[in-house]
Amino acid sequence: MARRREAMERLASRAVQIGFLLALLASWYAATNFWGVNHLLLPNPVAVFHQLVDVLKTGQFLPDLRVTATEFAAAFVLAMTSGMLVGCFVSRSRYWVAVFEPLFAGIYSIPIILLLPLYVLFFGLGPASKIALGTTISFFPVVLSTIAGFGHVDRTLVTAARSMGASDYQLFRYVLVPAALPVILTGLRIGFTVALLAILGSETIASLAGLGHHIVQLAESMEMARMFAYIAFVVAITVLLNGLVSHLEARGRRHE
Amino acid sequence: MTSIQSSGVATTARPREGGNPALDSRLRGNERMKAARAFLLRHPGIVRLGAVIVILLAWEIAARVFMDPLFISPPSRVFASLGAVLHTEGVPNALRLTFFELAVGFAIAVAIGLPLGLALGLQPFGRRSFMPIVLLVYGMPKVTFLPLFILFFGIGPASKIAFGVAHGIFPIIVTVVAGVQGLKPILLVSARSMGASRWHILRWVIFPHMIPSFFAGMRLGLSGVLLGVLLAELYVSTAGIGYFTTMFTENFQPAKLFGLIAMLAAMAIVLNEIVRRAEHRFSRWR
Repeated sequence: MARRREAMERLASRAVQIGFLLALLASWYAATNFWGVNHLLLPNPVAVFHQLVDVLKTGQFLPDLRVTATEFAAAFVLAMTSGMLVGCFVSRSRYWVAVFEPLFAGIYSIPIILLLPLYVLFFGLGPASKIALGTTISFFPVVLSTIAGFGHVDRTLVTAARSMGASDYQLFRYVLVPAALPVILTGLRIGFTVALLAILGSETIASLAGLGHHIVQLAESMEMARMFAYIAFVVAITVLLNGLVSHLEARGRRHE
Repeated sequence: MTSIQSSGVATTARPREGGNPALDSRLRGNERMKAARAFLLRHPGIVRLGAVIVILLAWEIAARVFMDPLFISPPSRVFASLGAVLHTEGVPNALRLTFFELAVGFAIAVAIGLPLGLALGLQPFGRRSFMPIVLLVYGMPKVTFLPLFILFFGIGPASKIAFGVAHGIFPIIVTVVAGVQGLKPILLVSARSMGASRWHILRWVIFPHMIPSFFAGMRLGLSGVLLGVLLAELYVSTAGIGYFTTMFTENFQPAKLFGLIAMLAAMAIVLNEIVRRAEHRFSRWR
């Protein structure tokens, strides 16, 4: 009985979700078709859908997607390797953790997007400045979580492994890494999300190519329907990627 | 008795005072080193400060000797240019306007996010229905919508405030919901069984329990609003901060650019610190 009620409730909340989204879509349609909202501000959802199909069919998004994806991959790989390396070295001694952890945490609390004008001046409008910004922003969550992961391994585990004669490598491979992995994975997920945000943001603010740049161009030439289509495309990609990364994180945690 | 004791002290003290002066000074130096080491071990903050100073020095030397002065300025020159930046026409106004946008955006984000979070947190059905949508929107990179915000709200403060709110409101909702959810049902049940009214439960049970998560939400919300406002400020290059960063970049005035950014960073640090202190202070009762 209780289980049945629970299932009913889950069904009801699904219905509310779907109803909410449908109502949003319907009011969008009504606003553009009947209530006379200017099409330059809000394009018709049907037109947006046609544009989206067109964008996907012609493959016009491919060059921009390639630029954005390359920048993102470079930034995330750089941040991941440097962040985990620095984190490993710092977390080798409690003292260095006490010295550097507050420093990293302090810098992390500044909105690093402020560095973008400096990077543009330094590296130009091309991909280099985006990669630099993405690396800087996602370095901090990775390094902080690596320090937190390795720094807070239970001492008894380490002592027990040592007293059973574990070598340095064995200690690292079989004790430290499994114990620190969940925390590090969370840091990597956050680093992934903020790197994506930094790349798209810096493309929007100052760039020559990429998906963010394309959206700005469409906004400036007032091609609203196509711009909405591009926004929907980018949002769909990021939501998919974020979901994928969360899934990987959950899987990595289960291996503990 | 006393004489024997004093002579004993003298004999033990003897090697330290006398004999080989070189060895003696080395011993004392060693002791001083040890004391310095112990002092540094007790105060990692000093080593941290040293690291920052080393970085600044490296930057100073690199900027003066190796790099093109059109692209990078040494920290000393940046510091000296702070006054010039403040005297550039329009900069104080732009900074003041950014601060105003931050304050208004934060107030709106809290004013909407807090009741929404409370409502979602206290209503299991509402939470199960709407939390997935909130989390979905929270996870979206809202920066792709930035050109839309500018088209809808113009290049003035309205678009920046709106974009700041869009960034700040979701962390507030999510943390408040999590805080209310963490409330033990037994507390609610016992309060009700002792005859507490709805208002009493809200005031004396839910509210005190929410304070830590409320302040955590405020902190996350503030950094969200900061990010949103700064993104929008940097995007609009015809007015405000974005205008000046673009101008300083295009005219190759790195000292002024660094100075302006340092001021904004200082503003962010001070605001963060205020909220962090408040969070720490009001979470102590636990």
